[in-house]
Amino acid sequence: MAPVKVYGWAVSPFVARALLCLEEAGVEYELVPMSRAAGDHRRPEHLARNPFGQVPVLEDGGLTLFESRAIARHVLRKYKPELLGGGDLAASATVDVWLEVEAHQHHPAAGAVVKECVVSPLLGGAPDQAVVGENVEKLRKVLEVYEARLGQSRYLAGDLVSLADLSHFPIMRYFMDTEHAALVEALPRVKAWWEELAARPAARKVAELMPPNFGFSKKP
Amino acid sequence: MAMKVYGPAASTNVARVLVCLEEVGLDYELVPVDMTKGEHKSPAHVSRNPFGQVPAFQDGDLILSESRAISKYILRKGGGSHLLREGNLSEAAMVDVWLEVESGQFDSAMSPIVFQCFVVPMFMGGTTDMKVVEENLEKLKKSLEVYEARLSRFKYLAGDFVSLADISHFPMAHYLLVGPHASVIDAYPHVKAWIADIMSRPSVKKVTELMEAAIRMN
Repeated sequence: MAPVKVYGWAVSPFVARALLCLEEAGVEYELVPMSRAAGDHRRPEHLARNPFGQVPVLEDGGLTLFESRAIARHVLRKYKPELLGGGDLAASATVDVWLEVEAHQHHPAAGAVVKECVVSPLLGGAPDQAVVGENVEKLRKVLEVYEARLGQSRYLAGDLVSLADLSHFPIMRYFMDTEHAALVEALPRVKAWWEELAARPAARKVAELMPPNFGFSKKP
Repeated sequence: MAMKVYGPAASTNVARVLVCLEEVGLDYELVPVDMTKGEHKSPAHVSRNPFGQVPAFQDGDLILSESRAISKYILRKGGGSHLLREGNLSEAAMVDVWLEVESGQFDSAMSPIVFQCFVVPMFMGGTTDMKVVEENLEKLKKSLEVYEARLSRFKYLAGDFVSLADISHFPMAHYLLVGPHASVIDAYPHVKAWIADIMSRPSVKKVTELMEAAIRMN
């Protein structure tokens, strides 16, 4: 059987999302490395896999997929459906809700902070403090909702861990290395939820591929 | 008890949910939320949508937010699962891919355009920021090039079957068609035909009327 292949650079939180799901599901896969610096994602052979020229791409048998959350859903639907709420209508709806929350509420704010505080300096720029400030406030409000939610159930979508929780891991892995990690540290349930997430064997394995400096070499 | 949707029909995210209810023919009640008066931030609404947004949705004891999550629940429960293809791994995966594209590419470019061209002048007494509109029209065109190539190969986005991935585009597509930048799709004939096909669905026509009526009231 042809192995599952993931194309991309593992430092990308989007690629890491796909890898995390494969690790959680115990699926054998091959990570096909690509170089962002060399523009591999804009070459015709990659555009044939993802016409938007982004990573990750997943190949599973004859199926070629892009968009990390779609890849995540496919991997879990096929190999570990209990992480999507199983067949239960209400449970799967609740997983879907919190996965959408991750995408629309959490990621834009946390991602903006990571971009300004981690990526910009690595590219020789300075963080835009106005953008940082705005997004730290947005994220604070979002995490306050999470704090309340985690008072009602052990995980975001209920008492069982799901893709809704896992989907947060990649960007938070980088966010927690910034000075703004204090936001999470100040919310006891969110902090405990994050620490448990990060301690999962699958998360630890994927984090090894995600150095805090995104793999950029230090400038002299 | 009928399912309840909380929010104004003119909201694209509310309309997305309404079209799924119409597709499966389930009874529902549309409960208004007056956003001009800040009702979406009221304790009652926030208890249903903790981010103070619309829509919120209730089916018995189950309360949901996020329109694409609500839409999937309605389709699964109401006999509309052919629009999700969850019985077929490959097809379901393609639906998910193009639903992510709808959200991440199409909606994210259209949303600022619609905000500037409709909400700002009609509800906020302001002037359209053309720089924002132009920037996002450029993003939209880049996405539409990809859609055009895709729809030249397949009748619909996920394959030769219509799905939630297609229908999910209709609310923003509606505002594009009735707004000042409708001609942007003329350069993409397959996209134009696909939009016309989606807009001709009885469910979409019904909800479009609700959206238009809601706007006329304001």
